[in-house]
Amino acid sequence: MIKIVKRDQPSRAIFFFTPVLAIFLTLVAGGLIFFILGFKPFEALKFFFIVPIADKYGFSELLLKATPLCLIAIGLSFCFKSNNWNIGAEGQLTFGAIVSGGVALLFYEQEGFYILPTVILAGAIGGMLYASIPAILKTYFNTNEILVSLMLVYVSKLILDYLVVGPWSNPEGFNFPETRQFSDSAKLPLLFEGLRIHAGIFLALAAVVISWFVFYKTYLGFQMKVSGFSLKTAKYAGYKGKKMIILVFLISGACAGLAGVGEITGPIGQLHREISPDYGFTAIIVAFLGRLHPVGIIFASLVVAITYLGAETAQIFMQIPKYTGQVFQGMILFFLLASDYLLFFKIKFIGLKK
Amino acid sequence: MIIDINFIGLIIASIMASAVPLILASCGELITERSGVLNLGVEGMMIIGAISGFALMTVTGSLIIAIFGAMLAGVLISTIFAFLTQTLITNHVATGLALTIFGIGISAMIGKNFVGIPGKEFPVLFEGLKDTIPLLGPILFGHSIVFYFAFALPFITSYFLKKTKIGLIVRAVGDSPESASNQGINVRLVRYACILYGGAMSGLAGAYLSMIYTPQWIENMTGGRGWIALALVVFSTWNPIKILIGAMIFGGLTIIQFHMQAIGVRIPVQFLTALPYIVTIIVLVVISRDSRKIRLSTPSSLGKSFHKDN
Repeated sequence: MIKIVKRDQPSRAIFFFTPVLAIFLTLVAGGLIFFILGFKPFEALKFFFIVPIADKYGFSELLLKATPLCLIAIGLSFCFKSNNWNIGAEGQLTFGAIVSGGVALLFYEQEGFYILPTVILAGAIGGMLYASIPAILKTYFNTNEILVSLMLVYVSKLILDYLVVGPWSNPEGFNFPETRQFSDSAKLPLLFEGLRIHAGIFLALAAVVISWFVFYKTYLGFQMKVSGFSLKTAKYAGYKGKKMIILVFLISGACAGLAGVGEITGPIGQLHREISPDYGFTAIIVAFLGRLHPVGIIFASLVVAITYLGAETAQIFMQIPKYTGQVFQGMILFFLLASDYLLFFKIKFIGLKK
Repeated sequence: MIIDINFIGLIIASIMASAVPLILASCGELITERSGVLNLGVEGMMIIGAISGFALMTVTGSLIIAIFGAMLAGVLISTIFAFLTQTLITNHVATGLALTIFGIGISAMIGKNFVGIPGKEFPVLFEGLKDTIPLLGPILFGHSIVFYFAFALPFITSYFLKKTKIGLIVRAVGDSPESASNQGINVRLVRYACILYGGAMSGLAGAYLSMIYTPQWIENMTGGRGWIALALVVFSTWNPIKILIGAMIFGGLTIIQFHMQAIGVRIPVQFLTALPYIVTIIVLVVISRDSRKIRLSTPSSLGKSFHKDN
């Protein structure tokens, strides 16, 4: 017989174990889906999760995809820890890319050491500006941040579309929906010859270190934790709630904006319609899978980045539709949330009494 | 310029047609939220309904199987959400997001073989009466059965919540699960039912899009309508009749952009497309500004998990 017992307090060991369990269950369910679709489950999983990262190039691609995921998820963890549901990171990424791309285009065919820092800064500011909209509406007009931040995603993509088709489109570009290529000074340097991995990864690592420091070593981190735990307690303790809401949104917007800069000044090198394969949404899953912990987020971003690569590889080699990646991402979150049950409840197996 | 009065009727009818999926999904979500559950997976359930309806129609050839199959698909996918949030007591927001991501992925996976296949004609009712009354003729007649159902739904929902015993139970569960539970009401069961009902309506909304409104399968064809439906529930302050008004406004914004382009108004098309999203934000701000009013009309336990220790 199975008996379910409530734990006296959430188990810390299980807190870090459930993400692993969730990944395992996702693999099992994924194998099942492949089987239903008529593929050999183990072969399909191999093409999905091992083949793409088996060589140097593949590993570089993994880091390339994990970089924006990690950066955005770090930013989101500030929001989620303090109970602010910013789900519009995709929009903040896009707007950050627009602003930094605009600045990069101003320096068209110019070279100089100051160009890249300016472009990066512009991206962070763009992301912050865009994130400030749901933050201000939430704090001063009591508006639901989930819906506002999400609506702004659609708006940002339309702004980008307008710019690359219209005023910013490349005059010599035969009407392709894209801007001119940025000058070399506006591009993030590549780390290795022949690989696409670029210096943007240092931005992500810096974000990891800074966020760890803020979460665990500062008063702000403590305030965030308390507010996330109980808004009433936070109010009682006299924390300035409004200021903190705006601050966490700005941090998360800046991170998303930087992720946008990394994409357009890294692998892309210009602005066009498709600058992000929904990194902003996927990063929500990364943040949860990483338990809102900076180190956890590093691992989670690597795991989730594989689903992007795996989907591409599986499509090429096995004609498995590329959306399988999204299915895997949704499943990881489902299983993670479900296995959180074990945090609060113990399942006891009791022998059958005859 | 002479404006044909029937032309105005046709425009109003097209606004109503584009409001249909919003009304269906919003009325479903309204019941879910009235029971205290916030399901952010509307977009995912809708797209699952869209592909299921279209696929079943193509494979079986039966419109009835397709419509009911789409609703069933919505129910099935919302069962995942119900099981997670009600039985495993997961966070509503995160679970709803997972549902949307999962739904979009699964629908694209299933839909791969249905891209480019033409849809079928869906029968309309009272076609012959269209020309009998000026202005009102095109508004009232010549629509699909789903269209008429959608415009009746807010009134049915309102009646259900205000006048029936089950409606009262749903409201009690949403406003005070503890006391409802003390009265012997099975809170979990009621919430399960309300979530599955929301799934069915979102599924129907999706099927309307892929089978009737634009009869074909396009990836991501719901295009944020699920999120607008969620916003409409807030806009309505959880009053089904107001959903009708909100859905007409958003339907109007969608239709206006086509006509503005047709007349040759020189506004970038992207701005017109962005209009419904921007207006949603503005409307949300206006509605939510009065925090006291919002607090009074929001189901008190919305989005909060309820777990009875036993």
